[in-house]
Amino acid sequence: MSARSFLSDLAAVFPKTRLLTGRPQLTTYESDALTAYRTTPRAVVIPQTTAEVVAAVRACHTHKVPFVARGSGTSLSGGSLPVEDGLVIALNRMNRIVRLDPSERLAIVEPGVINLAVTQAAAPHGLYYAPDPSSQQICTIGGNVAFNSGGAHCLKYGMTSNHVLGMQVVLPDGELVTLGGESLESVGPDWHGLFVGHEGLFGVAVELTLRLLPRPETFRTVLAAYRSMQQAGDAVSAVVASGLLPGAMEIMDRLALQAAEAAVHANYPAGAAAVLIVELDGESQAVEAEFQQLRRVIEGTGAYEVRVPATEAERQAIWRGRKSAFSAVGRISPDYIVQDGVVPRSKLGQALAEIDALSAKHGIRVANVFHAGDGNLHPLILYDGRLAGAYDRAEALAAEIMQVCIRLGGSITGEHGVGMEKRAYMPQLFSKADLDLMWQLRCVVDDLQIANRGKVFPGGEAPALRHGGPHPLERAGIISRE
Amino acid sequence: MSTPTTVDAVCDFVRAHTHVVPRGRGTKPLLFDVPPGAAALDLSGLTGVLEYDPGEYTFTALAGTPLAEVEALLAGHRQYLPFDPPLVRRGATLGGTVAAGLSGPGRYRYGGVRDFILGLRWVDGRGQLIRGGGKVVKNAAGFDFPKLMVGSLGQLGAIVEVTFKVFPRPRAYATYVVDAPTLNVALELQSRLLMAPLDLEALDLAPGPRGTQLQVRLGGLAESLSARLGRLRDMIGEGRVRQGEDDAALWEAARELTWVPVESALVKVPVTPRRIPQLEAMLEQTSAVRRYSAGGQVAWLSWPHAVDVLDTELSRLGMAGLAIFGPEYVGGGPFGLIGVKRSHQAFAARVKAALDPAVRFPEL
Repeated sequence: MSARSFLSDLAAVFPKTRLLTGRPQLTTYESDALTAYRTTPRAVVIPQTTAEVVAAVRACHTHKVPFVARGSGTSLSGGSLPVEDGLVIALNRMNRIVRLDPSERLAIVEPGVINLAVTQAAAPHGLYYAPDPSSQQICTIGGNVAFNSGGAHCLKYGMTSNHVLGMQVVLPDGELVTLGGESLESVGPDWHGLFVGHEGLFGVAVELTLRLLPRPETFRTVLAAYRSMQQAGDAVSAVVASGLLPGAMEIMDRLALQAAEAAVHANYPAGAAAVLIVELDGESQAVEAEFQQLRRVIEGTGAYEVRVPATEAERQAIWRGRKSAFSAVGRISPDYIVQDGVVPRSKLGQALAEIDALSAKHGIRVANVFHAGDGNLHPLILYDGRLAGAYDRAEALAAEIMQVCIRLGGSITGEHGVGMEKRAYMPQLFSKADLDLMWQLRCVVDDLQIANRGKVFPGGEAPALRHGGPHPLERAGIISRE
Repeated sequence: MSTPTTVDAVCDFVRAHTHVVPRGRGTKPLLFDVPPGAAALDLSGLTGVLEYDPGEYTFTALAGTPLAEVEALLAGHRQYLPFDPPLVRRGATLGGTVAAGLSGPGRYRYGGVRDFILGLRWVDGRGQLIRGGGKVVKNAAGFDFPKLMVGSLGQLGAIVEVTFKVFPRPRAYATYVVDAPTLNVALELQSRLLMAPLDLEALDLAPGPRGTQLQVRLGGLAESLSARLGRLRDMIGEGRVRQGEDDAALWEAARELTWVPVESALVKVPVTPRRIPQLEAMLEQTSAVRRYSAGGQVAWLSWPHAVDVLDTELSRLGMAGLAIFGPEYVGGGPFGLIGVKRSHQAFAARVKAALDPAVRFPEL
């Protein structure tokens, strides 16, 4: 069928202001936070209602046009990269909080609601939405659900999938279904659990029921500086062995610390090879008792400096340095790749030693920032995109780091998803039978394979054009990559 | 009939039969019905913990492993499955707990079985061994089959191996018990606790003939407990403190469901606090004993009548249920699912078609 009939089908539903086909308008949607890839879609629609999403998806199904649902475009795995000549369904205007129900501790939201907006809406009731990816000021719930986003608190609180109770979904042929409900408990297969993390392959979620938690009463934080990464890694093991369950445990290495210092003057201890941040959260009396125990544990780990913030401002300063680390790396390198891998926690030291060795072998600097509590590494591979072949060399190093994660029994992604970026590694993590079954499922749910075509599975469509440099929003300091 | 003791033997069994009904040690008999012509796949011979590193907070075990064995192993390292899997003493297995989708009162604190499963291997409708998820506590690669299998009742395949996240066990516990004159008063007290920044291990309501008991469990370092109990008293009024064996016995009875009379069927009904009065209005006219668990998120009913009556009543209320065990005469629908079916059919049917195209396992 002709392109005109597809577009005229859309034009019958969407006014011109919400059906974009002009080249300059489409440019905005060419890439997400994995800026190395760019593709121009055929059109962008901006629905405001579920009925409009259904209409857009039906038009795609009728005309066999691939579509990609998109929120704020913060995917680091290229998950919301458009498909060549396909449709982008931009959900940012479906940003209503449909129902905030404090006594049931839930919020029903549209997919374009910003992650942090849920917490802000819940805050007057003493509640919050726990998953907090560091792009939470801009990323949307729809994207979080599609990619099962994480953050710094996953060991204790879980990922996005642990906080989604139910949803309304437009399947890739336009059929509307409801999965899950409003209770934390359910009977029968966990359909909504399967849907979270589908990476856009099962359709478009148009309404999400989220679980809210009481905001922890107290946070107690300690920062410890070490002369070696090994000591910091051992300190994490000591905390774990002591029976404490911190809300967050984060480590930054020397290069990441330099970057944070350059960017926000975090005033971390000078000369550290690694800084460990451990934070306990919860009920005041419980946390105070546990914090005494934590301090005793940290005292035995050989830190050359230990800091305990005395005020909330001091605590925030510690976190500002950590949260800025990714974008701060822009101060010390023109370009960088953010990697996302997981290793068993006890193998963190070994993984970092191997990354160091790979960095030396390739002659490419790698800064490390990671969620130590759950073994989630974020190596930042520094390169200069203006130099011929630099990106390819950086990517070759990234590939070797992925091999390390797989070999040590971990995963190729802890929270960014597979998207475009990790497709090639899937056969190393999963058997042919595993992948064949995932593909079967993909094909049965989406008979034409139009929902986010080319993602997740190896050997998808031809890769998009590559390009260097930070995302415009990142340059403006609005988003950061993590 | 042979009981497979290896994963390969399970694959062979599935391939050799056109209709297969997986089962564990039979603690939840209403969840597996073996119709004429179908073969029961007994997974209770598939036992053993394969990997456990306390420092990782994870373990991997074969599906037929009894929960009691796992809990003893974890306890040796002061760790536990925080969702308090039910029916441990009756012999429930890891795989059966996943397939039934059951969590006990401890699910209030950190989440249920769905929140602690990290990975699994299962035999699909083609007789192939498939792996989903992973063995690390954080993972976003591939579709989340482990979650899908929670509550799947054998309808999507036979689970043969599971990997779980575990947590350090609280050093000490104490429970604060308040007797409320009515269920509504108890619900009001519960809602105060739900909105408060408290770290409660469990929060259950036990309605009885003389009012409703509110049971609030605290866990943590022993030195913090008395202050925290004092705070509970300030919030919800006078009550009794149960500690040590007294506390342990209360929660053991709750998770083992020992209060369910032998002549009744055990039924799980997911609810929310606001829906409890609707369910109560129906139950008041019956002699069903019940308990509301996990902050009013699930009702456990002991149903003394035919299950199809409850099926009708739940449908009328727009609720779903799962009939788990009971005397055979109580019947129940196929595979224990009763009440309303949610409008997920279009998605569910597609998933079933992909995972079990020849319908070798029980129908949805």
